[in-house]
Amino acid sequence: MSDHDPRQNRPLSPHLQIWKPNLTMAMSILHRITGAALYFAMVLAAWWLVALASGPDYFAFVDGIFRSWFGLIVLFGASYALFHHAMGGIRHLVWDTGRAFAIPAAEHMAIMSLILAVAFTVILWLAGFVAS
Amino acid sequence: MARSFVTPLSRARGKGSAHEGTHHFIAQRATALAAIVLTLFLAVILVMLAGRDYAAARTLIANPFVAAALTATAAVFCWHMKLGMQVIIEDYVHGRILRPALLFANAAFSAAIFLLVVVAIGKIAFS
Repeated sequence: MSDHDPRQNRPLSPHLQIWKPNLTMAMSILHRITGAALYFAMVLAAWWLVALASGPDYFAFVDGIFRSWFGLIVLFGASYALFHHAMGGIRHLVWDTGRAFAIPAAEHMAIMSLILAVAFTVILWLAGFVAS
Repeated sequence: MARSFVTPLSRARGKGSAHEGTHHFIAQRATALAAIVLTLFLAVILVMLAGRDYAAARTLIANPFVAAALTATAAVFCWHMKLGMQVIIEDYVHGRILRPALLFANAAFSAAIFLLVVVAIGKIAFS
């Protein structure tokens, strides 16, 4: 066809270093990071259920790891990631209906989802400690 | 003639859309919607498990409603995470070997997690 490189003069979309960091950008990145973290956290959920199915001895071993200070920190992080990703998901479902694209509305949703994610995490662990 | 945005290179290759994007888009949203409801269920189950020892935990998971809902949660979560990780791989990995290899590994990993959970819950529920 033509002798010019077809990619040479095509516009490049602005990339990370062009933009000033902002709240909705951070939430977008966090949505992906929490999603990826939850992907690997599913190993823990499967491991715990397999241990429960395997018998009391192996369950005691796995349960001991989960209840150690390191295990609890990981589980606390996983629970926050779950609620953060769930709240972020709700924001995306709202956007899918064509609503809340204006910056004030988007930032309002971002702040609300952060508050709710923290609240859900705290409620889950408080309820867990009360129940145990 | 209307201006085409297809590059000469991709026109020469002759490959267009695989026509799977819409299915991926809808499945990601549908599983997201289900995952929100099931996350609340999961939170309730986790709180109920908190104070239980081995035997009591098995009794709870063996309850048919809990076992069924937990299996549904695993199905929805594993499907959703397969779709999500697929997008991450498609965004960042471009090697001709590495990209399809990771896409396959992603599907295999998500399926493996689901199968392990199903077998574990099944063993608890049917014994």
